[in-house]
Amino acid sequence: MIRGVTHRMLEELSWKVGGQQGEGIDSTGETFATALNRRGYYVYGYRHFSSRIKGGHTNYKVRVSTKRRLASADYLDILIAFDQESIDFNIKELRPGGVVIADEKFHPALPEGAGAVLYTVPFTQLAETAGSSIMKNMVALGASVYVLDLPVDIFAGVIHDTFARKGQKVVDQNMEAIRQGYNYMKEHGDNRAKLQLKPAAGSGQHLFMMGNDAIGLGALTAGCRVMAAYPITPASDIMEYLIKKMPKVGGVVVQTEDEIAAINMIIGAAYGGARAMTATSGPGLSLMMEAIGLAGMTETPVVIVDTQRGGPSTGLPTKHEQSDLYAVLFGNHGEIPKIVLAPSTAEECFYETVRAFNLAEQYQCPVIVITDLALSLAKQTVEPLRLEAVQIDRGKLVREVDPSHLNGQLFKRYAFTEDGISPRVIPGVKGGIHHVTGVEHNEVGRPDESAANRARMMHKRLKKLEGVELEGSLSFNGPEDYETLIVGFGSSRGPIEEAVERLNSEGRRVAHAHIKVLAPFPTKTLSTYTEKAHNVVVVENNATGQLSKIMKFFGISVPTRSVTKFDGNPFLPGELYQELKGLV
Amino acid sequence: MATVKDFRNNVRPNWCPGCGDFSVQAAIQRALANLGLEPEQVAVVSGIGCSGRISGYINTYGFHGVHGRALPAAQGLKLANRDLTVIAAGGDGDGFGIGLGHFIHAVRRNLDITYIVMDNQIYGLTKGQTSPTSAHGFKAKTTPNGNIEHAVGPVQVALAAGIGFVAQGFSSEINQLTRLVEEAIRYKGFALVNVFSPCVTFNKVNTYDWFKQHIVNLEEDPAYDPTDRVRAMQKVLETGGLCIGLIYKEERPSYEELIPGFKPEPIAWQNLELDPAVFEECVREFA
Ligand SMILES: Cc1ncc(C[n+]2csc(CCOP(=O)(O)OP(=O)(O)O)c2C)c(N)n1
Ligand code: SF4
Repeated sequence: MIRGVTHRMLEELSWKVGGQQGEGIDSTGETFATALNRRGYYVYGYRHFSSRIKGGHTNYKVRVSTKRRLASADYLDILIAFDQESIDFNIKELRPGGVVIADEKFHPALPEGAGAVLYTVPFTQLAETAGSSIMKNMVALGASVYVLDLPVDIFAGVIHDTFARKGQKVVDQNMEAIRQGYNYMKEHGDNRAKLQLKPAAGSGQHLFMMGNDAIGLGALTAGCRVMAAYPITPASDIMEYLIKKMPKVGGVVVQTEDEIAAINMIIGAAYGGARAMTATSGPGLSLMMEAIGLAGMTETPVVIVDTQRGGPSTGLPTKHEQSDLYAVLFGNHGEIPKIVLAPSTAEECFYETVRAFNLAEQYQCPVIVITDLALSLAKQTVEPLRLEAVQIDRGKLVREVDPSHLNGQLFKRYAFTEDGISPRVIPGVKGGIHHVTGVEHNEVGRPDESAANRARMMHKRLKKLEGVELEGSLSFNGPEDYETLIVGFGSSRGPIEEAVERLNSEGRRVAHAHIKVLAPFPTKTLSTYTEKAHNVVVVENNATGQLSKIMKFFGISVPTRSVTKFDGNPFLPGELYQELKGLV
Repeated sequence: MATVKDFRNNVRPNWCPGCGDFSVQAAIQRALANLGLEPEQVAVVSGIGCSGRISGYINTYGFHGVHGRALPAAQGLKLANRDLTVIAAGGDGDGFGIGLGHFIHAVRRNLDITYIVMDNQIYGLTKGQTSPTSAHGFKAKTTPNGNIEHAVGPVQVALAAGIGFVAQGFSSEINQLTRLVEEAIRYKGFALVNVFSPCVTFNKVNTYDWFKQHIVNLEEDPAYDPTDRVRAMQKVLETGGLCIGLIYKEERPSYEELIPGFKPEPIAWQNLELDPAVFEECVREFA
């Protein structure tokens, strides 16, 4: 269907590449996204996940914007298709005037009535001209930037960085393939659909990373030197990242036999004086519960990352969900102090991971960093990370003991103190000998089940976090005179921010509170915002409204309404806007 | 230099009089003194069970974790501080029941730690249930008509998993046990000392006398060669696992020696601040 020339100036663009798994769809998406990120745009890249490794449709969706966007768009402007399935599967997302660029090889056709422009390009053939058919993805990238009126050399840096180790010839061939795609469009394409992106506002100094990358880098920067984990989607990247980096800093990653081993191993390492972590997802978290209690009881500082995926059981192993809140807060038996941090952007993943290691040692308790699949795996533009902002605080760690103070007694590792936090000495230190046990114990760590000691020790441990609200427990955005308050956590920040922006631009008065610390729960701070609202809506990716129930549990007294989604996909901004519109 | 006395503390074990675990405690204390170690250079990491209490009865650093997980904790501790002498200890239920998976993987991983199991063929702490090392036909609270399962053979499993050092001892042979523990600690890699340590309260079958009648002491056989894995396995099978002494030993690099970039200085004592150049390099990968 030819609709004449469309020249559109876009604030943002939604682009997608689709094909069979194993066809290099991810790397195509990533090359496109990285190039635009380097040009100063804000980019958000979301991979369509499935647990099949090869075969089956997959796609990579990239949003390019002149301002920060932390969600995929509801729509598409450009679809690159390597097979008919990619067209059929994704065409509904295309907005009117959208463009489909497809490989001639499969004789692409648009479904009846599709309001898009189809360009058929001989991807494979042009790639062969450039050197090899495997570069058909590059041809597609060249065709994409032609439509966007961008020069092909925006790819030069990325292509160089990706292929330089394979030699200049490979770099040149890939650039040639991109040029082939561009030139083909120039010669054969009409100007039916020319989209134009507004120039980028960013400096081009931005990073492009997923939450898991940021967690890995955050851990390394925080001084984590022992990591033990068992592979699981969507957490494995953290382990894989640290495996690459640990040799540079003298640390170690152990791929353990299971998650029970992983958590007990890091407890042993932390007891030994290392900063230690594990990373898992729901099924692994369930296996760790007993030992998380041990960390609480023995006051051993460990960091556990829970990258939530669809549960229960194996659930939706490669899909998004936020349904582990009850598990992280209440999963272990008995009562321990515990900190739960919930970053919502990749940047926060970095800084909150650093903070997790500090808090673990300051409060001598387990700290859980909870993400969700979209946060862990979607790639996003990140402001430059600052090493200067990272400070390592090891709390009450002592490395030297004056034995004359002991009077022949053991070191009081669990000494009763004002704040409940006792000096912590590590094995190897002369004069530091004490006992550590998961059995109720006295000040030197020896088992003591007497009622009086039990009461004092329970009180000592729980006191550490009693009445504590950590700094930056939530973030607030919105007009002073808001009527409706939207509350969320994790990656839903992106869709919520956009939905709120749209509602406010239509004259509604909506604000957004995003919770970053789930334990100790910031009841005081949150209630100052909920009390002022006429209407509180909690947005979360689970079926039972866990966050809204937790808010009540922790003393948020105003009634709330829930918007939930648990089909394995994060909220789309437009979809959430529609839902909220009816509620505000 | 520390003596045996320095490895004793004033805690009275809550073991039943006559429990085999007393000898294991004494053997460890003697071995540590014989090796010239100081109490603060040693950590005993134990699981849950009567035997698991041992980490509280030796004057060294001691960590008493959860049931069946002494080995993962001990390995983590060793990674954090490779200068420490790390001894993991526990019962047969702890190590070969709930913790059997960890045992096989600890063997494969081969960190330089020593694992001492007090094998009494029964669950002592929980008052007399059948254990994974209880014999077929064994009667206990959970098998009143006789055990219809078959016993796991710890040494067979260890050899099959490729262990580099395995020995067995008996609580009545405390001098031999002390020597075996010493040698296990000196060994650079994962070493198992499985000890027949009778539970006098709940196991009325595998008593001191029973062991004395059934055990074969390999040290009495001058022809026995503990460097031959096939022969070792054969001997263990021949004796139904009831042999004591050094069963097998093979020198090879430990896990710590093979970790890429691992430093001689323990992690616990390293400066944690990241070199800004390394940080820059890491960040650039995401530009
Ligand atoms: C997860 C868990 N399950 C069960 C128990 C209960 N329990 C404590 S010790 C033990 C078995 C003890 O037997 P063994 O390891 O042979 O040691 P022994 O007491 O004989 O020295 C059991 C089942 C526990 N502490 N933790
Ligand atoms: S119950 Fe058995 S194993 Fe436990 S202390 Fe008594 S004799 Fe030893």
